[in-house]
Amino acid sequence: MSIRRRIVTIVSLFALGAIAVVLWAPTVGSTSISLSRAFDTGIAWEDNVDAQIFFVARLPRVLSGALVGAALAAAGVVLQAMLRNPLATPFTLGVSSGGALGAMLAIAFGLEVGLMGVSSIPIASFAGSLVAIGIVYWLASSQKRGLSTNVLLLAGVTLNSFFSAVILFVQYMADFTESFRTVRWLMGDLDVGSYSPIIAALPFIVAAFAMFAILPRTLNLLTLGEDVAAARGVEVIRTQRLAFLSASLATGAAVSLGGPIGFIGIVVPHLVRLMVGSDHRVVLPASALFGAAFTVLCDLTARTIMAPLELPVGIITALIGGPFFLWLLVKKS
Amino acid sequence: MLSADHVSFRYAPGGPLVVDDVSARLAKGALVGILGPNGSGKTTLLRLLSGTRKPTAGRVLLGDQPLDRLSRRDIARRIAVVPQETELAFEYSALEIVLMGRHPHLGVFTVEGPEDLRIAREALASTGTDQLAERPFHELSGGEKQRVVIAAALAQSAALLLLDEPTASLDLGYQLEVSTLLQRLNQDDGVTMAISTHDLNLAASVCRELILMRDGRVLAAGPTNEVLTPENVRMLYDVEADVRIHGDTGHMTVVPVRRVTR
Repeated sequence: MSIRRRIVTIVSLFALGAIAVVLWAPTVGSTSISLSRAFDTGIAWEDNVDAQIFFVARLPRVLSGALVGAALAAAGVVLQAMLRNPLATPFTLGVSSGGALGAMLAIAFGLEVGLMGVSSIPIASFAGSLVAIGIVYWLASSQKRGLSTNVLLLAGVTLNSFFSAVILFVQYMADFTESFRTVRWLMGDLDVGSYSPIIAALPFIVAAFAMFAILPRTLNLLTLGEDVAAARGVEVIRTQRLAFLSASLATGAAVSLGGPIGFIGIVVPHLVRLMVGSDHRVVLPASALFGAAFTVLCDLTARTIMAPLELPVGIITALIGGPFFLWLLVKKS
Repeated sequence: MLSADHVSFRYAPGGPLVVDDVSARLAKGALVGILGPNGSGKTTLLRLLSGTRKPTAGRVLLGDQPLDRLSRRDIARRIAVVPQETELAFEYSALEIVLMGRHPHLGVFTVEGPEDLRIAREALASTGTDQLAERPFHELSGGEKQRVVIAAALAQSAALLLLDEPTASLDLGYQLEVSTLLQRLNQDDGVTMAISTHDLNLAASVCRELILMRDGRVLAAGPTNEVLTPENVRMLYDVEADVRIHGDTGHMTVVPVRRVTR
């Protein structure tokens, strides 16, 4: 099979799986609905309860899960290749804790003004992410030659713990209800309520994926090392900048939409590599699609396993991802 | 074809000059060895010649164009590099590694076609690694890895090949195999080469010209039989050596005798 055929075939299979999950997930819940009835245009909208539940009550949540999962998984792939570190995650470089701090401050200071149907919390979160991206990028590129991946990693990890400390401080000073809301936000919540937050995050995620699209083959080469990649014709510094900025943008947008849902960015890329190998032209799109399906399924589990109680989706991804991550560590060493 | 014109280089501003006012020339079809003790600037000189580092002073010319005017892609179509060691962050098959050599010939969204596959297979065959094509690279032995990496450089279809201690991690058998391969590529396919090495006998048997480097400077340069003298070996390594013509092969051989102090 030619290389092109292989890429198209595998990615198509992953796409079919993701579409199936996104269509099926909204039919599951306290009220079972029928997919064919929900899509039956012969029934008037006012009379079609199935369609209302499908499109109004459940689809926004499923779509936000798919978008967040795709963005985090793809960002994980890009960062792992760029840092040449299979254990890197979208949250390694401090973007998510910046986003979390932004959201915490918005909640704690009661900045509840809405902007065109989008609450101020995701906006503050995205702004926090941008600040974190700016700091890490500035630190890593302040040295003379290009972008230092070592500084990038160290700055990211340090910024993570610094922001976490500030988050704890804000939580400690906040009153009980606010504190509960911040904790709840940190566990990840895909119940976005309407389409507006999705539409607000979409342009950034689309922009990030447009940048991802030109990366895959250069990511393959970067995993051989910077010097080898350069000798094979890769503009290394430009590629690293693009990879860092696009992955950070995707992460920031995903966190603002669904909160910092952990482990998607590491579990999904590794599972996909186990299935299809390491060629990033397959791994990157397949991870995005698999990440979408994985996140939607985790969220489905979160809202049904202890129904009517809804668990935060971050608990489910962590319960699956934690042991998987440890298994990976043991296997690698 | 490729020439360095009074190039100097330091890694950190204010740091020591690792390459100090070096001029060197690789004529078309040349097979040049770069010799020198550890830290003499051999690897750095190769990096300057391949353009992955830019000289702090002087310039490198590819044909009549300064290297820093060319894009990485344009350079990679004409100069291929074999690094000392290749460490992968993820697992790829030998064939995938070799296909990566086609990178500078492909557009951003172009996927390797039948022609690229043919070139990659040919490169594998000419390094005697065609039977390893589907094997995971990280499972190969040191010698097999090095030959696959050379194949990847060949797949780049560049007229110039720069090799950084290509035999350093190989046993005697593979050393011989790789050096025979390099000679054949040079003589039959007309690939111009520069090889940095610690192996004086490899240099003596394969290279027609030598550049001797010490402390970032060129100590001597010229045809192998003129440059590889006991005096030069002594100045280069502080080692007294016996240099002779080996009877059967007609190559020069260097036998180190004792360490001397300068």
